[in-house]
Amino acid sequence: MYRIVEKIKLTPTDKMLVIEAPEAARKAKPGQFAVLRISEKGERIPITIAGVDPDKGTVVIVFAEVGKTSKDLGKLGVGDYILNFAAPLGNPLNIKNYGTVLCVGGGVFVGALLFLIKALRQAGNEIVTIIGARNSEHLIFLDDAEKLSDELYISTDDGSRGYKGLEFLKELLNKRKFDHVFTIGSTSMQRLVSELTHPYSIPTTVNLFPIMVDATGMCGACRVIVGGATKFACVDGPDFDGHKVDFDQLISRMRFYNPQEKIAMVYHYKEVA
Amino acid sequence: MQRRNTQVEMPKQDPKERIRNFNEVAKGYTSEMAVEEAHRCLNCKNPQCRKGCPVEIDIPAFIKLIKEKKFGEAIRKIKEKNALPAICGRVCPQEEQCQKFCVLGLKGESVAIGRLERFAADFERENGIINVEKYGSDGGRVAVIGSGPASLTVAAELAKLGHRVEVFESLHTAGGVLMYGIPEFRLPKAIVQSEVEYVKKLGVLFHLDATIGKLTTIRELFESGFDAVFIGSGAGLPSFLQIPGENLNGVYSANEFLIRTNLMKAYLFPRYDTPIKVGKIVAVVGGGNVAMDAARSALRLGAEKVYIIYRRSKEELPARLEEVENAEEEGIIFMLLTNPIRFIGDERGNLKVMECIKMELGEPDESGRRRPVPIKGSEFKMDVDTAIIAIGQTPNPLIQRSTEGLKTTKWNTIIVEEETCQTSIEGVYAGGDVVSGAATVISAMGAGKKAAKAIHEFVMKKRLKSGT
Ligand SMILES: Cc1cc2nc3c(=O)[nH]c(=O)nc-3n(C[C@H](O)[C@H](O)[C@H](O)COP(=O)(O)OP(=O)(O)OC[C@H]3O[C@@H](n4cnc5c(N)ncnc54)[C@H](O)[C@@H]3O)c2cc1C
Ligand SMILES: Cc1cc2nc3c(=O)[nH]c(=O)nc-3n(C[C@H](O)[C@H](O)[C@H](O)COP(=O)(O)OP(=O)(O)OC[C@H]3O[C@@H](n4cnc5c(N)ncnc54)[C@H](O)[C@@H]3O)c2cc1C
Ligand code: FES
Repeated sequence: MYRIVEKIKLTPTDKMLVIEAPEAARKAKPGQFAVLRISEKGERIPITIAGVDPDKGTVVIVFAEVGKTSKDLGKLGVGDYILNFAAPLGNPLNIKNYGTVLCVGGGVFVGALLFLIKALRQAGNEIVTIIGARNSEHLIFLDDAEKLSDELYISTDDGSRGYKGLEFLKELLNKRKFDHVFTIGSTSMQRLVSELTHPYSIPTTVNLFPIMVDATGMCGACRVIVGGATKFACVDGPDFDGHKVDFDQLISRMRFYNPQEKIAMVYHYKEVA
Repeated sequence: MQRRNTQVEMPKQDPKERIRNFNEVAKGYTSEMAVEEAHRCLNCKNPQCRKGCPVEIDIPAFIKLIKEKKFGEAIRKIKEKNALPAICGRVCPQEEQCQKFCVLGLKGESVAIGRLERFAADFERENGIINVEKYGSDGGRVAVIGSGPASLTVAAELAKLGHRVEVFESLHTAGGVLMYGIPEFRLPKAIVQSEVEYVKKLGVLFHLDATIGKLTTIRELFESGFDAVFIGSGAGLPSFLQIPGENLNGVYSANEFLIRTNLMKAYLFPRYDTPIKVGKIVAVVGGGNVAMDAARSALRLGAEKVYIIYRRSKEELPARLEEVENAEEEGIIFMLLTNPIRFIGDERGNLKVMECIKMELGEPDESGRRRPVPIKGSEFKMDVDTAIIAIGQTPNPLIQRSTEGLKTTKWNTIIVEEETCQTSIEGVYAGGDVVSGAATVISAMGAGKKAAKAIHEFVMKKRLKSGT
């Protein structure tokens, strides 16, 4: 059992939890994730680690309430317990001095992006950050991003704050030289970033979120095609070379269980009512 | 009592009934049936059956006790050698082991040793007579990775010898394949958990959610004071066919299908949160226990037609005989000497058609079985909306990847010394599927016993040297 020691409501649908998990807090690195299960009947869901405090023995996660399990998670408060919290899983991102690094984060994953940025800064990189969201209401951690980056750009899908969409990235790429790009956010955003950086041959690391079940390499639910070869994202990733990922296949596989997830939600609301 | 020529049948759920539930298929002997079956044993002076048992249970002795209705003593006799009899009685391939050597089997039917073992174990559990002796704790500290049958055996044996044992399991439940792979209708999960509870009562500490190689490494385990480490991480990495279309939606590894169903209880969706999608026509590729389990689960989850697609003939099916018979009774359709060559999907990436080719048996291969060869021009297509690949598993890779100096084969199995199960690293032992490749519960337990003995000797010698 893992205790929740802090909870922050970031937007109407996005929440941050600080969870007591001392061993994981000593070990987890940017790019790794946790698999959690709230209760005995619960699903195992993967969530990226967005920070650790080894001294306090805590791990930070940031998540969006999109379905049954994430909504259940959002209902928990300080002092409540999560039944299972297996972390860290997956490979850490490669932290080193690349030179100038462009970090693009979207939506709820900006928390995870900042965990990465801190490490990249410490390794001596110059950091240019783009933070995006659906609209201004969903932009999170702007102050922290400002403090940690050498340059910060803001983008929203509807243009309610900052640039509208990611078109402006083309110009930025024309103007400046980047040694590496890291992106984490919705799959469509990561795909777009990879497509935009491809012509410039800038190495681009994406973080993939296929459906996972065990997340220890035993089921293959998470398989993705990278450079023509089948990889298991949970143990071979979740980070991959964005220029080699078959995004069409990934997106199709991510949708496979949507009808069932809807059933779970309907059942859930009936239960609640 | 008159001695029967044939085995006492074990009562089973009616096939029409059972394909609609996940309750156990075989119901087990009553005490009358067990005594009647026990009377068939000739109590040979030189019992052949024992030779076929990888853990050398004194088979004639326990059967004699059942004959005398001393059921409590019978189970104690079994447990001298086998800590998990309720499980082995259900899942061992007895026809390849003890029963194969039974002299009655030469002319007619062997004694139903497995069913008697199961009866004795169930009798003990149902009557609450499990007694756990307390053991001293003057041994060393041993870390056991994984919690399948190999690890449970090592943990129990070492706890009894006075060692402080801690188990590290990456999933949220202990039991390995017994929990996540073998379905409820063949091995009820409550039985597995009661065996795990027994190991806990011996004083073994279980850490769940603990993936070695990620949360801690083997080196760190030694640094934190463990004297020895046992690796029982199993063979859970599913192999795929490597044919076109294999990543379409609707193509599962058997492991995904079974983990969703058993570990996550998707058959109780939406009361349990994890869903599973099963189409109308399901093709399971493979012929082992895993394939039978996947096929029979698919049927129970609502599939209308379930095929087993196997590239050799019926004789070569590696599954337990009883499970093949059960599958046939339940209406699983066997398409033998057939191999898939391509999966075809629709515009949304969902599986629609499987293309196969017919096979014939050629010369024997390295495994001694006749090699299947494709028949030119025999390709044909069949409509399927779910395919489940059950063609084998290789070892879980995380430990091999994170442990420097650990020698492995090209199949990623860990190399050990035959007699002691010691790996290339001093103080690190390994056994079960991670060493042998996917095998059986009882062989994993046999390896666990050997390893426990060697670990005990190693730790005691180490203690003696350091004077603690
Ligand atoms: C490596 C990894 C890291 C992730 N990190 C985060 C994070 O930091 N914050 C965050 O909000 N979300 C993250 N996700 C996504 C998160 O796991 C899903 O949002 C969650 O599983 C949804 O469950 P649900 O029951 O609330 O919604 P559902 O209604 O079950 O599903 C909504 C959508 O989530 C996806 N999803 C569902 N089940 C799973 C599953 N078992 N594994 C992966 N995706 C699934 C599907 O694409 C589905 O369309 C991550 C996913 C992966 C694979
Ligand atoms: C569907 C199916 C049906 C079967 N049917 C039969 C049958 O009828 N009869 C029979 O005799 N055999 C059967 N088998 C085979 C049998 O179950 C295995 O041979 C046996 O379970 C192997 O035991 P093990 O202890 O080596 O490993 P496993 O049972 O595989 O357990 C390994 C455990 O280690 C854990 N682990 C892996 N990596 C790590 C890590 N890095 N850190 C921590 N933990 C880790 C895993 O999560 C798992 O729980 C079947 C197998 C399957 C899959
Ligand atoms: S989630 Fe099961 S193998 Fe990756």
